[in-house]
Amino acid sequence: MSALTIASRELRSLFLSPLAWSILAVVQFLLAYIFLSQVEYFQRLQPHIAALESSPGVTDLIVAPLFGNAGVILLLVTPMLTMRLISEERRNRTLSLLFSAPVSITEIVLGKYLGILAFLAIMITMIVLMPLSLTLGTDLDWGKFAACVVGLGLLLAAFAAIGLYLSSLATQPVVAAVGSFGMLLLLWIIDWNATVGTAKGELLGYLSMLRHYQNLLKGMVNTTDLVYFLLLIVTFVGLSIRRLDNDRLQK
Amino acid sequence: MLIEAEHLYRFYGNTCAVSDLSLTLEKGEILGFLGPNGAGKSTTMQMLCGNLAPSAGQIRIHGIDLLDSPKEAKRHLGYLPETPPLYRELTVDEYLDYCGRLHGLRAARLRAAREESKRRCGLGHSGGRLIGNLSKGYQQRVGIAQAILHSPPVVVLDEPTVGLDPIQIREIRELIRDLGREHAVLLSTHILPEVQAVCSRVLIIHQGRLALNATTAELEHHVRSSSLTLETRNPIDPGLLSTLDGVEAVEREDENHCRYRIFCARDNDPTETIVRKVLENGWGLVEVSPRRRTIEQIFMEITRHEES
Repeated sequence: MSALTIASRELRSLFLSPLAWSILAVVQFLLAYIFLSQVEYFQRLQPHIAALESSPGVTDLIVAPLFGNAGVILLLVTPMLTMRLISEERRNRTLSLLFSAPVSITEIVLGKYLGILAFLAIMITMIVLMPLSLTLGTDLDWGKFAACVVGLGLLLAAFAAIGLYLSSLATQPVVAAVGSFGMLLLLWIIDWNATVGTAKGELLGYLSMLRHYQNLLKGMVNTTDLVYFLLLIVTFVGLSIRRLDNDRLQK
Repeated sequence: MLIEAEHLYRFYGNTCAVSDLSLTLEKGEILGFLGPNGAGKSTTMQMLCGNLAPSAGQIRIHGIDLLDSPKEAKRHLGYLPETPPLYRELTVDEYLDYCGRLHGLRAARLRAAREESKRRCGLGHSGGRLIGNLSKGYQQRVGIAQAILHSPPVVVLDEPTVGLDPIQIREIRELIRDLGREHAVLLSTHILPEVQAVCSRVLIIHQGRLALNATTAELEHHVRSSSLTLETRNPIDPGLLSTLDGVEAVEREDENHCRYRIFCARDNDPTETIVRKVLENGWGLVEVSPRRRTIEQIFMEITRHEES
């Protein structure tokens, strides 16, 4: 219950600063531009591919690329949202309010995490509205569409968990942002290594967020991919709890 | 017994910030925690409020072990840290509502608690203001309002009057005295008169150790020193004064002014006879006052006593 109280304050404070509004606006603007370009591209392509057997449809040519680009843009943006979660409270010395209230460390961290998830959910809703507007003129492949939404949701939840952990490590928000951006980018490009594809590169290939995300965008909902994201989330939220508990033990 | 702390130790790396400190706090008591900067006051308070785990020792709040069941024990605590933990972007009402919800207050009870603590801290008309726009004194009040919001039996205030102007200090002291009637209050300060003004008992802590545990009346004994300051309009005859009963020595402090320091015997206060002599000789009395020792001198004395 206390976790929800903390989450709602977190969300409120986000919207009290211009940061959240400008991030929502900028992301929406960029994605709308990509979306419209994709729609135009599809219109040009449609006459050529209509005759093909099992030709790619609207969902493949518009929705999947849109969500793919959303993943990249949000990789840049999420660290800016998560950077303040814990580091700013530590810097402003407001953590002691939470520490001396009858709230456990787990509830504090979960509250912070849920708060940022709620914000990301708003962002996903706004992104989802764009492909949904296509239903006015055509039909979507609802299965693939749902897989894309689930994929983006899991991806952002993993971004947020990593950002939360880095924020619990840092005293300065900017350091947390730089750290989580570096970490996210590394996990994104980790399969560029030459060994990927061979037996030696299996681990690096598995670690790559991009690969798991792309599977979901293609409409393939594998337990491997779901478990990958869930593991990532649980690990980093758990690490954040441990890190914050450490604040109390050793300063 | 509202707070019982036994044999607390706290190490930061190899430095020992608090060493073998035990204290108790009972209902209706205002306990002053006195010590120079860096004596370990804040560290002790952070440990008592669960913000810092002690390296060794035991803490019970309202009979509940703070380390075993922290959530239960913290229900009985209100804590104002050295820097008030305020969210500058919230209004006073929003902030207090948030604190109340963290303590499990809801709806009507929350509203009642918020209004009551605002009233007590003199924030009645500031509910809608942004905390970031309040003056330092008002921010401090919001911090105190937060600590007493859920009317906890134990209120811990870390240097509550630091950085306030004299009028605000008086108001806050009044509030603390008021709190002492229903709650037990533990407050820390490095200002000696503050302890004498509000506290019923005082703990002096020096280099992480408890140096003195006394009532405020007993503290007064330590504060009085055995010398007087005398200032007159005309120069006096020091030889004449030093013959008086109880006067041990007379020293001129200042070449340009007639300011003297008179050392007297501990149990024989010669103030009256000195005043009479000054008047008889027409030296023109300007000031006569007992010297009060500074807190540093008291620490020196107490710690010297301990060593010997």
